[in-house]
Amino acid sequence: MMLMWDLCTNALDTAKLRGASYGDVRAMHLRQRDLTTKNGQVGTLAQSESVGIGIRVVAHGAWGFASTDRLTRDGVAACAAQAVSIAKASALANRSKVVLAPEKAYIDSWQSPFRKDPFEIPLGAQLALLLAADGEMRKVKGVTLTETSMQFRKVDSWFASSIGSRIHQRKVISGCGIGATSFQGQEIQKRSYPNSFGGQHALEGYELVESLELLKHAPVIAEEAAALHAAAQCPEKFGTLVLAGNQLGLQIHESIGHPIELDRVLGQEANFAGTSFLTLDQLNKLKYASSIVNVVADARLDHGPGLGTFAYDDEGVPAQCTDIIKDGKFRGYLSNRETAHLIGLARSSGTMRTESWNRLPIIRMTNVSLLPGTWDYDDLISDTADGILMDTNRSWSIDDRRYQFQFSTEIAWEIKGGKKVRMLKNPSYSGITTEFWNSCEAICKFDHWTLWGTPNCGKGQPMQTMGTGHGAAPARFRNVRIGTAFSKQ
Amino acid sequence: MTIAPSARRKISGKKHAELLPARELRGIIETVLRLAKSTVASETEVHIDEVADSLTRFANNGIHQNVFEHCATVSVRTVTGGRTARATTNRLDEDSLRRTIEASLSLAHSEPRDPRLLPMPGKQRYRTVDRFVKATAALTPEERARAVRLACDWASKKGQVAAGIFSSGQSQTTVGNSRGLFATYCETHSQFSITMQEDPAASWAKADSADVREIHPQELAERAGKKARLAVKTSELAPGRYTVILEPAAVLDLVGFMFYDFAATAVEDKRSCLNNRIGKQLFGKNISISDDVFHPRQKGAPFDGEGMPRQKVLLVDRGVPKNLVYSRASATIARKKPTGHGFALPNEYGEAPMNLVVSGGDSSVETMVASTDRGLLVTRLWYIREVDPYEKVMTGMTRDGLFLVENGKLTRAVRNFRFNQSLLDMLNHVELMSPAVRATGEESFEMVVPAMKIGKFHFSEVTKF
Repeated sequence: MMLMWDLCTNALDTAKLRGASYGDVRAMHLRQRDLTTKNGQVGTLAQSESVGIGIRVVAHGAWGFASTDRLTRDGVAACAAQAVSIAKASALANRSKVVLAPEKAYIDSWQSPFRKDPFEIPLGAQLALLLAADGEMRKVKGVTLTETSMQFRKVDSWFASSIGSRIHQRKVISGCGIGATSFQGQEIQKRSYPNSFGGQHALEGYELVESLELLKHAPVIAEEAAALHAAAQCPEKFGTLVLAGNQLGLQIHESIGHPIELDRVLGQEANFAGTSFLTLDQLNKLKYASSIVNVVADARLDHGPGLGTFAYDDEGVPAQCTDIIKDGKFRGYLSNRETAHLIGLARSSGTMRTESWNRLPIIRMTNVSLLPGTWDYDDLISDTADGILMDTNRSWSIDDRRYQFQFSTEIAWEIKGGKKVRMLKNPSYSGITTEFWNSCEAICKFDHWTLWGTPNCGKGQPMQTMGTGHGAAPARFRNVRIGTAFSKQ
Repeated sequence: MTIAPSARRKISGKKHAELLPARELRGIIETVLRLAKSTVASETEVHIDEVADSLTRFANNGIHQNVFEHCATVSVRTVTGGRTARATTNRLDEDSLRRTIEASLSLAHSEPRDPRLLPMPGKQRYRTVDRFVKATAALTPEERARAVRLACDWASKKGQVAAGIFSSGQSQTTVGNSRGLFATYCETHSQFSITMQEDPAASWAKADSADVREIHPQELAERAGKKARLAVKTSELAPGRYTVILEPAAVLDLVGFMFYDFAATAVEDKRSCLNNRIGKQLFGKNISISDDVFHPRQKGAPFDGEGMPRQKVLLVDRGVPKNLVYSRASATIARKKPTGHGFALPNEYGEAPMNLVVSGGDSSVETMVASTDRGLLVTRLWYIREVDPYEKVMTGMTRDGLFLVENGKLTRAVRNFRFNQSLLDMLNHVELMSPAVRATGEESFEMVVPAMKIGKFHFSEVTKF
């Protein structure tokens, strides 16, 4: 660890000598293990490590960033000099000088809690579990493709800044999921557990995998995948929609999490990820949602072991909880040290995050969560006279200002007279963000709340993939447009 | 673009100094193979991938991010007792390479024996492709900043706001194995992308080339700026089926989602839209598609993840899917010859075509507009996702300039639509095509595709801008 601090100090000293007025450095060591199976055979079996340093500086009032994996004193000094040189080039086309909100210096070390280090669990046992789940799914007639996966990451980062911070963090992240696909006639149907696109991911150890009870759920989703072919088509109509927590998590991500990113709002993502309908004049005025909706961006461990949980962001700002929607009203953005003052904040909300040592930290969702409501899940279903329950995302899309969205899910259930009466295939729903959230009329309580992990959020140029957390319990929405994706019109 | 004198200067040696020289690449591979000889590995494969990339990002008419990265990784696949696994590091010293070999073996030991595992391929012959342009490798942050400054100044002068990127870089990939295979390839790349905003409208233009001298930032800025101005006043149209004229970037981003289905492994897994459809008239007779890494507008290495030489493959001939692409493993199962499209092993996806060339026509966007009584000109599509994997129904949004065409002329800008459209259906309704160009978007990798005029394109909903 001393070597990393030495390199950080070397980088900051060089940057200062070269003319930087501010600098921060992230030395990182990332380890990853990927296991997959397909149709009873091992698919991917791979392990990787990556070590390097990223140096961000302000010189001549402009930003520069350079990164290298040449971790010698000379290699890091050259990288720091290059960062300053790039900053000076930025100043050739800079409209305003960088101003950073004040922040204290911190000297700290933090490790995310876990009970079982996934890198210490024998690989044979991990593969045996995946192959057993794969086998359970393949027993079901009609299933034509079975897939399972586990992914583990261990990330050490050493952050140092020219204001005196020295922060070491270690995060252990686990993920796991299974899926069964059925091709029959002219149709491919799929079911996944506990979520699609890689399952559940969290800032936990191997205990996450053990808690998921893969062998219990494998035959259930396999039966559902095969049964979907005979299920009725989801109707096209306006009606009552109940969303399972895993789908609601992605709904929050796309229609609340992204629009509140202040870099988008300020036009910094206009060329790629897009902008936001949440212009600055909307803050504290817009009725974003119905009065039962409360959303926070909470990076603190108190919120749970989410993919957006940390002790400090990658700008050296401590984890915080920010109200985003309070009693339905729009209350806050995700900000950093550069943008906080633009919305009248004295301090960054602590959301700068980087994928790796070779990427610049950018504003990112932390854990953007819908707080639990008051409903028991069984009561919510029995209180629904006529509705459709949709579970597990299949596709997702939203416009570049985050107004109009469309989601489809793997499976749905028709609810009549307070009971789930039949399975529906090819479900989808669509709408306008604020209209949708204002139609929220019931949210289940904490017993049904899960902090879902979205491991594949893409943003930035060059592209960065980041994990974000989204706490959600099942919720009910009125008068939602249903079934458009499969309309034959 | 106009290249400043420093980029025109002669650079000694084959590559820019950022990348490891060829002798070092070969030395790393020889070191790994030598170290592996003293282990239980019966076969060893080594990949080296290296990038040195720069990207200047601007918004609100000024640079706000400006980055450089260098990274070299060594990835080792070992085989022992009919098992194989991969370990990767970016530490290139001998101790780290030894640990990486051991990690690969440790992973392999933990899995069941794979009876289908093939021996590694031996020495291969490769057709040479040269896509390393010194002017691109030598481009400096100052030169990128000056080009950005010009584009931003132009935007300011026109009362517009520019956002975008100017990137340049170089990369190389090398594969070697214990059976004597050795393949190496390096290339340069550059992109300029710009969004011009004139409240409440925006429009966009982007170019990609191995040769930065083929990129003209000012022209792209002016093209996007003019379209943004046209789009300031919009009206709302009812959703429905429309004739559309898709510019090449829109074609690229949409059809790009179809080509993983041309992997033999996808068909074997029954997750492809080509299940039970190969050899049938699936698209219009005017649609022919090849995968061709040697096409002059293509990029990428002429070998695959196992070091097998890439072949040109005719995927669709006059609307009929004729051929798939094969890795060595999927070719063995199907009793075909490998086409050099496999991913690095071990993996569960097999292979994919990566150098697509869609045959074009002799029309132009202007001719398409002139021939349209009522339709829509689409600049770009956004957030495209698959709704139905077998009918290949895709959803997504129009973005950055959607224009109504009436009686052969652009008449006004309209609000953006959501589409839900089957690609199979769409490629049966292509009425006109331009010559194919190297297109670049944000949803799919770069391809050589034409602009297309398409009938009965399905827009399902409209958004608020």
